[in-house]
Amino acid sequence: MSLEILGISVLWTFLFGYVIVASIDFGAGFFNAYSLLTNRSHILTKIIKRYLSPVWEVTNVFLIFFFVGIVGFFPLTAFYYGTILLVPVSISLILLGIRGSYYAFESYGSAGHKGYAFAYGVTGLLIPASFSVVFTISEGGFLEIVNGQPVLDFWKLYTSPLSWSIVLLSIAAVLYISAVFLTWYAWKANDLEASNLMRKYALIWALPLIVTAIGIMVEMRNYNELHFNSMMNLWPLFGLSGLLFLTTVWFLWKKQNYGLVVILLIFQFAFAFFAYGVSHYPYLLYPYLTIYDSFTNREMAIALIIAFLLGLCLLLPSLYLIFKLFLFNKDYVTGERKDHA
Amino acid sequence: MINESAVFWSRVLMEVTLTFHIIYATIGVGIPLMIFIAQWVGYKKNDEHYILLARRWSRGFVITVAVGVVTGTALGLQMSLLWPNFMHLAGQVIALPLFMETFAFFFEAIFLGIYLYTWDRFDNQKKHMLLLIPVAIGGSMSAVFITTVNSFMNAPQGFDVVNGVLVNVQPLIAMFNPAMPTKVTHVVVSAYMTSAFVLASIAAFRLLKGSNHVYHKKALFLLMKLGIIFSFATALIGDYSGKYLAEYQPEKLAAAEWHFETSAGAPLVLFGILDDGEVKYEITIPYALSILAYSNPFAEVIGLEEFPQDEIPPLYIHYLFNAMVFIGMFLLFVALLYVIGKMRNWLFIHKKWFRWVMVIGGPLSIIAIETGWWLAEVGRQPWILRGLMRTEQGATTSDQVDLMFLLFCILYIVLGIGSVIVLSRMFRSNPIEMEIADREFEKR
Repeated sequence: MSLEILGISVLWTFLFGYVIVASIDFGAGFFNAYSLLTNRSHILTKIIKRYLSPVWEVTNVFLIFFFVGIVGFFPLTAFYYGTILLVPVSISLILLGIRGSYYAFESYGSAGHKGYAFAYGVTGLLIPASFSVVFTISEGGFLEIVNGQPVLDFWKLYTSPLSWSIVLLSIAAVLYISAVFLTWYAWKANDLEASNLMRKYALIWALPLIVTAIGIMVEMRNYNELHFNSMMNLWPLFGLSGLLFLTTVWFLWKKQNYGLVVILLIFQFAFAFFAYGVSHYPYLLYPYLTIYDSFTNREMAIALIIAFLLGLCLLLPSLYLIFKLFLFNKDYVTGERKDHA
Repeated sequence: MINESAVFWSRVLMEVTLTFHIIYATIGVGIPLMIFIAQWVGYKKNDEHYILLARRWSRGFVITVAVGVVTGTALGLQMSLLWPNFMHLAGQVIALPLFMETFAFFFEAIFLGIYLYTWDRFDNQKKHMLLLIPVAIGGSMSAVFITTVNSFMNAPQGFDVVNGVLVNVQPLIAMFNPAMPTKVTHVVVSAYMTSAFVLASIAAFRLLKGSNHVYHKKALFLLMKLGIIFSFATALIGDYSGKYLAEYQPEKLAAAEWHFETSAGAPLVLFGILDDGEVKYEITIPYALSILAYSNPFAEVIGLEEFPQDEIPPLYIHYLFNAMVFIGMFLLFVALLYVIGKMRNWLFIHKKWFRWVMVIGGPLSIIAIETGWWLAEVGRQPWILRGLMRTEQGATTSDQVDLMFLLFCILYIVLGIGSVIVLSRMFRSNPIEMEIADREFEKR
């Protein structure tokens, strides 16, 4: 395996990690705010809080890891994406800023504050929407090179059906992933009322998810035929993802095997996400930037990979510990233990 | 192509982000150590008050960490968004410590989450305290790695430039550049120092505002002792920083000290104003600059005259340097007075006015951190990568930076006010007397 492919695979895996954990977090914030507004907070808030509290900060790190890593392995991306993403990513950053700190303000400062909870819920949908613009831009066609500097064509981007479909997909995916996960989490906490409510949300969001996902693949033909064709070459992977999706929905419908459902969900998204990533190869930004012409020097790449391996030795046991203490600890999940400082 | 307005607004936005973030980042690095020390003292002396101290500090700490994390994320991405050309160049040589920083931060985040939610969970309380070690190490290592990147900007090395292309890159040589040892230690130790004085300021404030509880007195005494150690260490390392500058960045030292002509036995100029190139109303300490630069009163110190006009930093950094040094000295003096006074039963240290002095010590230490960072950053101008890339060459060409500046300012105002309100409400609604009473009640 070449260093370029190794580098992008590591980064893509971390981005996938971010997509999953952040989706759970974003969706949970939204459901929490929604239940406050519809006076059903007694059903959901506790269970959502219990999951989110110890892990919210960890979520953010996946994102930081990705963008630091991509500039490290592929420094030329800083030049292209750094210049054109100023506005969309700044907006995401401001939303993340409000979200992260208001979460802490609400849960450690004044619990049950409706304004904080509302800010937390709304930003949970706006952040994936604003980040998803990056995927649209990466398809090419939304920027020109003026005097050797890339310039983003905002009007074209904001009037493109493709970018809005991707925005819709990101929101549907966030709500679906989160609802499925929380169905299982609440069920594990023996909270059937919350589990049933989340199951209902999961089933509601399954349809928009699959419609937007298929819609985008069809639309891609008009935007970027090169990418469309390489996606078609990978149809078995996308098909497998679709099958897993159907199985997940089936089990949810039948109220069976919630634990298995979460695993199927992760694999469903993993297949789709990696198939998309592979079909994007070798471009980081159509048609300007590939993983080869943007790659850093060999010495730095090797140093980064060694640092990554050493880092993993530190990280994996710690992640195991936090999951063992909170996510998979029966007493904690059911709310028997209240050991907060 | 250089977009003048984008350069200007990028600099302003970066400065505002750094200025805001560094408050939360500095206490984020220092407070875990203070919590650890308090909890450790608590177990050692078997004194519940110190353990409560650790517990209450960590509650407030979460709020500052949250703001530190989100502004740190913003700062990290703004490096690429505002300085894409710089990151493209520097990323090829100095990406390693940036990457390692994410691991340090990851490590800290995980254990902080565990620490916060496992009070009373372990049968052996000391196990819980041990969880703070990775938090404190993670926080301090984050500062080490990030400051390493900053020192590389001051003293780039570990590569060759051939026809405008970077070759022979050696990531470790780049990391261990000459600026790194003094800068890293100065940043880490001054973070401990600032955290001690900020927490002491809160304790002194509670004592002034009616509470006469021994809890606050214990906190104050502990923190002032720590304040002596860390401010002394900060000053000592600061002296080494001066020697580093004299050797490797003489223009920065000369601009900070208003040292215009190369001379032996150079005096140190304090305060004063510049009038048509003449220094007026200054205080001069003979030979002190030569001592600061080379530990030798007769050593020759390079003056600003030896540098081209467009390669020297703005001269106002002189005031930043003075402010930083004087605040540091003042705080060391205050802490010494308090600790010696406490041991010798001097009465004035319990007087109102002296407590007010300790209260302003907190804000003052933050100001010292800010002036220190402004000095470091403005003092490197006109370079973003000293000798290689000028700041305007590194900046973005995007036309929307001014609008983003406005948006981020609103964000920082909202976060700043929000964090202050939440923190003060948190401790006001649950004062120490009440928490101690609650705990007694629970035990029964």
